[in-house]
Amino acid sequence: MTSIVKSIIDSFQSFPIDPFLLAVLAILIPGIIIFLIMAVNALIAVYFERKVSAFMQDRLGPMEVGIFGFKGGKKFWGGIGQTFADAIKLLAKEDIIPNDADKFLMVLAPFIIFTGAFLTFIGLPMSDSLVISNFNIGIFYIIAMSSVGVIGIILAGWSSNNKWSLYGAMRAAAQMISYEIPIALSLILVVLVSGHLDIYGIVQWQSENRWFILHSPFAALGFVIYFVSVVAETNRTPFDIPEAESELVAGWMTEYSGFRWALFFLSEYANMLIVAFVASIVFLGGWLSPLQLIDLPFFDIPDSWMFLDGTIFGIFWLFIKAVILIFCMMWFRWTFPRLRVDQLMYVCWKIFIPFALANVILISIWELIF
Amino acid sequence: MDTALDKSIVNIDEMVLNMGPQHPSTHGVLRLKLHTDGEVVSKIEPIIGYLHRCFEKHCEYLSYEQIVPFTDRCDYLASMHMDHAYSIAVEKLLDIELPERVEYIRVIVAELQRIASHLVAIGTFGLDVGAITPFTWTIRDRERVLDLFEALCGARLLYNYIWPGGVSHDLSPKFIQRTHEFLDYFETQILEYNELLTGNKIFIERTADVGVMPADVAINFGVTGPSLRGSGVDYDLRKTQPYSIYDKFDFNVPVGEGTMGTIGDCWDRYWVRMVEMEESIKIIRQAMASLPNGDVHAAMPKKIRPAKGDVYSRYESARGDVGIFIQSNGKNVPLRLKMRSPAFCNLSVLSEIGEGWMISDVITILGSLDIVLGEIDR
Repeated sequence: MTSIVKSIIDSFQSFPIDPFLLAVLAILIPGIIIFLIMAVNALIAVYFERKVSAFMQDRLGPMEVGIFGFKGGKKFWGGIGQTFADAIKLLAKEDIIPNDADKFLMVLAPFIIFTGAFLTFIGLPMSDSLVISNFNIGIFYIIAMSSVGVIGIILAGWSSNNKWSLYGAMRAAAQMISYEIPIALSLILVVLVSGHLDIYGIVQWQSENRWFILHSPFAALGFVIYFVSVVAETNRTPFDIPEAESELVAGWMTEYSGFRWALFFLSEYANMLIVAFVASIVFLGGWLSPLQLIDLPFFDIPDSWMFLDGTIFGIFWLFIKAVILIFCMMWFRWTFPRLRVDQLMYVCWKIFIPFALANVILISIWELIF
Repeated sequence: MDTALDKSIVNIDEMVLNMGPQHPSTHGVLRLKLHTDGEVVSKIEPIIGYLHRCFEKHCEYLSYEQIVPFTDRCDYLASMHMDHAYSIAVEKLLDIELPERVEYIRVIVAELQRIASHLVAIGTFGLDVGAITPFTWTIRDRERVLDLFEALCGARLLYNYIWPGGVSHDLSPKFIQRTHEFLDYFETQILEYNELLTGNKIFIERTADVGVMPADVAINFGVTGPSLRGSGVDYDLRKTQPYSIYDKFDFNVPVGEGTMGTIGDCWDRYWVRMVEMEESIKIIRQAMASLPNGDVHAAMPKKIRPAKGDVYSRYESARGDVGIFIQSNGKNVPLRLKMRSPAFCNLSVLSEIGEGWMISDVITILGSLDIVLGEIDR
């Protein structure tokens, strides 16, 4: 299976180029691509979220700032420039570090969180043969990398030397570490059934059989557990207790401002995209066209109608699925109240983990029988 | 087996958490000193006074007419109620008879104000438990009430509308028509709030059985208003000591029944406010149906100079029992004016019912008491 790193190395091999420079290029180009994906994702997702929340709350949302409408309040494209303006504002803002804070850790923390999200993208395919680097343990790598961020959160909360931040960090640590277990247990289902840790293998299995969510009732339950758990993992309402605005002011990011805060924001939305991608790839057939699901009893759809497949359309389908899931997460956020800490732990340890464990056993039995 | 930590080996300290005066959910400038052990709050010390404006001392230098703008600013979410309470006290002191139309108009605006105030209470309570959308919805509908008031007297928040001896402007037929439209619209909105928030499983988990205030505790601490009725005590001054013309109307006093948990929990206090809005709609409908014609000013002396004596009058505002005590020495300024603030007494119960709960619950309980700092500090 080809990957972007491989194709860069292959295409430069014909030139007389220093191997060291080649390695730098092979690291730099994917890095820039990932950063662009994260930045563009944050810009669009923030705008999307503001508009979604606005329409749910009977408002208009950002309407004033257009791309060409900074001056004179000219309305243009429904405030599409708002997030650009916000990004510029955040970059230009004064960076405040409190006097009593642990300066080194406080500066370090946003980068750890950012790195966690950044590294996950390496193993995350955007479509058929569109991946930075292909691992044979892709799912495992993604689970591992997405839990790096919690270290940064604990550091951020501790080093801020603020009681609210400390509470937020304590809550975040408990919550994110707990919810990794149901996430891993639901992703194990697909590994059990398809026999692949490799993401391409998983999608290959789905294209040969059917979408994994349609595999058995246990797989569908696994999807529900996975999706609810990742909402908790990304700290969004109804599980946003680490940053609980009405309780902890802003939780572990209370003392951050400017660019460092922007990095948190960037990572939060990148994490949303990652978990939506993983859910689409593992449970919803990844870049496979949903048209393949159509199975009419008296009419055989010819293969030539399936032109909406392939690499380019794969990107399209994957993004459509991811955007629908992201929309659901926003929908949760703007309609649900927040759970309390102990209730959150109750949901995880007493409901999700037993069910996910039972799921693993039951789906194995299902596989044995059918 | 003794699992408790040996405190001689491990040094256990309580962490003092300073919540407010600048905190998103202390409803203004309240400061709470929380002694916390992990997430659990073992002691709550409310510290007030950040919005103190010397209301009572000011009143000793102002003539009776000039006090109305100051009562406006006490409970700024229910200004009409404060003006009404004060006007009733002055009228009682002067012993004057009001035209009937004045009483009807006052009841209509007071009940509209109760709806507006409860909308803020419900919305911010939703905000306290983390639901943001109910707040924007309730504020949207409160806006309609404020639009009505703006059409009525020109002001949206601090009305200066109810004066001793009357009201500042008469109701127009257009106002009555718009009020009818609003009530028709608002009845359907209440159903929407119930769908969005009241029946939400997470909301019930967060509020039911949380911060239970038994009836005896509520009475001992002098809690009044919806918070008292949430504890199952059927006590509403509009029924028990009808002032103005409330004895003419047919309405119920909702009390907490422990539908989702125990009687007197946060959900009950929330639910009482929700039902009270429906009852207010009933009262407004009845008042507008039988609105008499007449003057909107009583025959008043040019300068209010009550005879020597004192008066204490009580009024059921959106937060509870507002008591106004006025002592007059025959001059045009009161010798002493004392206000019993319901939110102040309601806040006093916070440390009683809030201790032992988690930080999140303390905020829920504080939100369910629906305090307004302008009234507490005066």
